[in-house]
Amino acid sequence: MRILFPVHAGRARIAFVLLLLLSAFCLAPSGDAATPPDAPAVILIQNATVMTVAHGTIEHGSILIKDGKIAEVGQTIKAPAGAQVIEASGQFVIPGIIDCHSHIAAEAINEGSVSVSSMVNMEEVLDPEDINIYRDLAGGVTSANILHGSANSIGGQTLVIKLRWGQPAAKLAFEGALPGIKFALGENPKRSNFSVPGQPRRYPATRMGVEETIRAAFSEARDYKKTWDDYRKRVAAGEKNLIAPRRDLKLEPLVEVLEGKRYVHSHCYREDEILMLLRLAKEFGFKVRTLQHVLEGYKVADELAAAGVGASTFSDWWAYKVEAYDAIPYNAALMTRRGVIVSINSDDAEEATHLNQEAAKSMKYGGLSHDEALKLVTLNPAMQLGIDKRVGSIEVGKDADLAIYNHDPLSAYAVVQKTLIDGRVYFDREKDLANRAEIEKEKKTLTDKLKKSEKKPEQKPEEKKPEQGPKPPAASPRPTAQAGARLGGAL
Amino acid sequence: MKKKKVTRFSSPLYFFNFLCLVCLFGAPAAGAQIQAPSVYAITHAKIFTLAGSPIADGTLVIRDGKIAAVGAAVEVPAGAQIIDAKGLEVYPGLFDAVTQMGLSEIGAVGATVDATEAGSYNPDVVAASAISPSSEHLAVTRASGITEVLAVPASGGFDFGGSRGTLGGQASAIHLAGWTVEEMLIKKSAALVLNWPQIQTQTFDFSTFSRKEKPYSEAKQEYDKQVNELTDWIDRARHYAQAMDKGSVSKYDRDLKLEALASVVRGQLPVLVFANRARDIRSAIEFCDKQKLKMILAGGAEAYKVKDLLRSKDIPVILRPVLSSPPDEDDPYDRELTEPAELAAAGVKFAIASFDNSFARRLGQNAANAVAHGLSYDEALRAVTIHPAQIFGLGSQIGTLEQGKIANILVTNGDPLELTTEVKYLFIKGQLTSTENRHHQLYKKYAERPKAPN
Repeated sequence: MRILFPVHAGRARIAFVLLLLLSAFCLAPSGDAATPPDAPAVILIQNATVMTVAHGTIEHGSILIKDGKIAEVGQTIKAPAGAQVIEASGQFVIPGIIDCHSHIAAEAINEGSVSVSSMVNMEEVLDPEDINIYRDLAGGVTSANILHGSANSIGGQTLVIKLRWGQPAAKLAFEGALPGIKFALGENPKRSNFSVPGQPRRYPATRMGVEETIRAAFSEARDYKKTWDDYRKRVAAGEKNLIAPRRDLKLEPLVEVLEGKRYVHSHCYREDEILMLLRLAKEFGFKVRTLQHVLEGYKVADELAAAGVGASTFSDWWAYKVEAYDAIPYNAALMTRRGVIVSINSDDAEEATHLNQEAAKSMKYGGLSHDEALKLVTLNPAMQLGIDKRVGSIEVGKDADLAIYNHDPLSAYAVVQKTLIDGRVYFDREKDLANRAEIEKEKKTLTDKLKKSEKKPEQKPEEKKPEQGPKPPAASPRPTAQAGARLGGAL
Repeated sequence: MKKKKVTRFSSPLYFFNFLCLVCLFGAPAAGAQIQAPSVYAITHAKIFTLAGSPIADGTLVIRDGKIAAVGAAVEVPAGAQIIDAKGLEVYPGLFDAVTQMGLSEIGAVGATVDATEAGSYNPDVVAASAISPSSEHLAVTRASGITEVLAVPASGGFDFGGSRGTLGGQASAIHLAGWTVEEMLIKKSAALVLNWPQIQTQTFDFSTFSRKEKPYSEAKQEYDKQVNELTDWIDRARHYAQAMDKGSVSKYDRDLKLEALASVVRGQLPVLVFANRARDIRSAIEFCDKQKLKMILAGGAEAYKVKDLLRSKDIPVILRPVLSSPPDEDDPYDRELTEPAELAAAGVKFAIASFDNSFARRLGQNAANAVAHGLSYDEALRAVTIHPAQIFGLGSQIGTLEQGKIANILVTNGDPLELTTEVKYLFIKGQLTSTENRHHQLYKKYAERPKAPN
């Protein structure tokens, strides 16, 4: 839930130690969560319909994987000696899904105090045990852009991860992917839809103020950069005994933006604020890498294409707030037709489990082709995140990040069978199903043990059930969307 | 799986085709229905009546808003407007059994939301009173093949300030077309909303904007207090109903809330009980059993844990979307997706609903996802057509394609649950109804935007 208070944070912490224990057992795709799956050096996936995204679809195709990379793609590949063979006849292989807007695996989402919180960094609060990593893996997702929420005009430093469930936080980062920074425009940073009781309105409270907030931050950053550039020049010229300028952790990431070393991912909705940001970026000489949500992007698609900015949007969300009232499910198709690189993102751990279905909707709404629709959740987000040399399509030399379905993935009837990252099977439906009885048994053993060990002072016996107390209240149908919209979340 | 049709290329032209057809009959009012003719014949269609096997090449005749005939050997009446549906499929319109349709326009803007009344006990408020027939949601929703919904107060929206109250008001069953709510109504009062109290140890305090933890004993006390209050309301309503029966109410002040509850305690009006946790569901069943209330469960995230009880008490369930996160961290990842199949196997009658307005058009998608996880295709289709109709006592009027039923009909180019299927024609109350809507209008407008100068 991407709201102003860190709901994720402490989610696991407040639970019983028992629950943590249970989680450790229950969350594991096979056995122990701490142990990543084995990676045979050579894997052959054979007899599948291979949707390469880059070079069409191969019927009865095979993919040879060596040391985590795709070594060969074609119709007649013989299994090398010692290769692990994955028989996939009747199944469909696509590049692993890339979610360009996610809040999973994070202990905290918004630093809600100030409207420029560029000093905070997602990498420092990664939670490798977030169950949503596994659930999204089970939806075919292999990489995700982990962003702050949208409480602030400038939110915080982001990073791209691979969903390497079972690995420690340090191993989640997508190696070599340029880090980013989250911006937010419109209703959320100006806090239209909620107020903190007893506190005055926070600046900025209008779209005018949001622009000035970002402009002021970059003016500062430009001065700061100049101070450092001057200092370095003088050091390089051989000047001695110089005192280095004081470091400013808020401005450093903005300087990286100015230097093209950090991508800007900006939450936005309305056409006017979109163009505002593009003007502002031009003023300071930086590029906006992606516009997130960008629900009115279809109104200014030519301008987006001209600016070379990527658009990452929802499939069919609308009307949860005023700035989402002109949202249309044709957005992805309309922007695509005008030459914008478009992706469909989730912004929500559950939504991410069916991004393939969300992409399929753009065939109905706006008439994208099967390939174009599939690109919305594979190659296009890879391009937007600057990782397309590594992932996003099934091509020789790319990482073996793949999702295998039992039906055409652009159907509501398709179910993920296996998800591979770096040539390792991180999700295997068959194993998941096979392990359930075992997990239930272990859970029962632990629960029984707890019940036995518990003393019974003033509480009634019925209050002893472990399900009571630590559990959060039952979730409402779309808790994230609702709470997010109400509280100025990342929506 | 019965069907896995994937339409790879959709044609935006179908809207224009549709408009051409519309032109034959006269201009449609914005998002509304076309008057006359009153007799239609849909011919050469594959017809899924849901009341017997599909008819491979059938005819369906609509007269005066009702289905006059359906079958393989049905004659086209003279003067009927013929819709040649060769290659197309005909289904009953879909029924979304929990929405805030017409009650909520823009979630975050309180002024546009009339979904939840203040206070905990509002049995007398009725959804139909506040349904806006010109809500954009109606047209957007019906474009995806949903022809009727239940508009349910206190079931969502953003105007509840953290609490939806206990007795939330009466839900109304409506057609998704009509110039006035009177024209839209199927049943003004279809159920009374009961948000079952929860034992909440964690709450969010909006006054201090922080999370609050509460000891279990304290939370339980508050829960007991709420259940006692509820019991008291039902007791008083029973006395009031007795007084009404004896004609002695006139001696006292009329009490609108108790009057509204009278049909509930008489077992005439069902209670639509929102509960997700197994413990809450059990408590609600026990309560309704004791008070002799006719219960329908809504939500039911953990209904699978109490399926046998639900079956033995004959309590139907309106399931929340299967595309929802499992309630617990240690639940299997597909916990929600497999629930419909489990309930079906246990013999529990259920419908699947969106519980939303904006996501109402995901109704078919949710049903299809249940099929992908073990539910039979037929059951899935029933869960969004005849089952909700039967659950709210409308089974003789809608939900299948049978002679005499209201003609709420969907003509598609394929499986109505699949993501890429297009609605070709839509009939509501026997009238050809436009699928044009705000989204498509904006699409057309901006698709035609001249190229921007560089």
